Amino acid sequence: MLSSSAPVFSGKHLVSVSDLTADSIQRVIDIAIQLKSSPRPTLLQNKVIASCFFEASTRTRLSFETAVQRLGGSLIGFADAGNTSMGKKGETLSDSIQMISRYADAIIMRHPQEGAARLASEISSVPVINGGDGANQHPTQTLLDLFTIYEARGSLEGVKVAFVGDLKYGRTVHSLAQALALFGAKYYFVAPDALAMPDYIQEELLEAGVQFECVDNLEDVIPLVDILYMTRVQKERFDPTEYMHIASKYVLTAAMLKNAPEHLKVLHPLPRVDEIDVSVDKTPHAFYFQQAENGVYARQALLALTLCPNLDKQLLTSREGGQA
Amino acid sequence: MSIHKLQVEAIQQGTVIDHIPAGNGLKIINRLQLLNSDVRLTVGLNLPSGEMGCKDLIKVDQWRFTQDEAAELALFAPNATINVINDYKVVDKFRMSQPEELNGLFDCPNHNCITHNEPVDTKFYVRNSGADMKLRCHYCERSFSSALFG
Repeated sequence: MLSSSAPVFSGKHLVSVSDLTADSIQRVIDIAIQLKSSPRPTLLQNKVIASCFFEASTRTRLSFETAVQRLGGSLIGFADAGNTSMGKKGETLSDSIQMISRYADAIIMRHPQEGAARLASEISSVPVINGGDGANQHPTQTLLDLFTIYEARGSLEGVKVAFVGDLKYGRTVHSLAQALALFGAKYYFVAPDALAMPDYIQEELLEAGVQFECVDNLEDVIPLVDILYMTRVQKERFDPTEYMHIASKYVLTAAMLKNAPEHLKVLHPLPRVDEIDVSVDKTPHAFYFQQAENGVYARQALLALTLCPNLDKQLLTSREGGQA
Repeated sequence: MSIHKLQVEAIQQGTVIDHIPAGNGLKIINRLQLLNSDVRLTVGLNLPSGEMGCKDLIKVDQWRFTQDEAAELALFAPNATINVINDYKVVDKFRMSQPEELNGLFDCPNHNCITHNEPVDTKFYVRNSGADMKLRCHYCERSFSSALFG
């Protein structure tokens, strides 16, 4: 439920998970639920959104652009920096953002360097939404993960999550672990030593009072958790023999889920390679394609909240039976 | 002849940074020379100190530190004392205090941080204190041990 009708996203940037609060996350989830069941195809009518992908992306770019179009907005932008003035003529990011923010009502951006979105937010006169800045932040992936967990459980409070695979380099697991800390979550980290959750994240979680354990065996945690969050172990980080040994320890099969709680859901930010066997796809625990679909609704919700100042109030009134 | 002879020469105008932990004086000198390569410094290293056992001391000629300037150097000597000197007399005295932010002073150790490629000052938030002091980059959000900046 919304805790108040005052807008929290309207006209603001979303750069980092640290910009989110439990209340603002709940608003995105509430609006995403509404938009999933009742599409609002004119909510962004007459709005122009710049989709600026300085680095290639499949899911994030397509789901953002789908979200804009499902809400009736128009898109400008580029899918990689190669054909832009930055790529061709050496224009600075700062100048590019100065210019783009004079054309569009909001900027969605992905950039290969950490901190690019924060810098853009300090230059832009319109809201900047971070679609990923290097290895740093990807807050809308976190929002769609949170929406998916909420959809699977009906609540985020006290969720038990096992994070599996590459916990060192995976920004999605860092951000999700930081965000769920706002809801009293408990974590199990299942990763090879070389890909363990970084110390600085573990320190932050300890400071936030989050309970977590590092566990060796994936099957040991399956009966204990609500969410199994799988990630890809990146081949290029290991020699081939080492990769085969490590990767084989972190592959989920349907047989391993025989002791899973009925409500357990398997999530994965995708793309998967070998870490979830296709046999899992047919189990009731597989939820990663719904998760990918939810990216469109979570991003619609964020865009709508950012660009429609009265949306919180309208939806609250609508829920209470008044006129939207 | 006085037996209480000064171990470093007195200055007429400027700042004396006293009670620097022994060994950290050189880091402050490096920093001061980056800020002003012409600055005239008189330095005492490993001087006896009743309080600290051993200390470093730096006299900075013709440069009277403000609280903000002193805060920048607190990264290297959080408890040092600043004595502002005018006409050979101490006219202001305060302890360095740990700053909350450091702006435009250091490059970010993360080579993929956007600050290396854009016309923008770096900005770090100071967390913890003493040996545990960490600096968190405002842009790339990574935390670094303060030792990396010495």
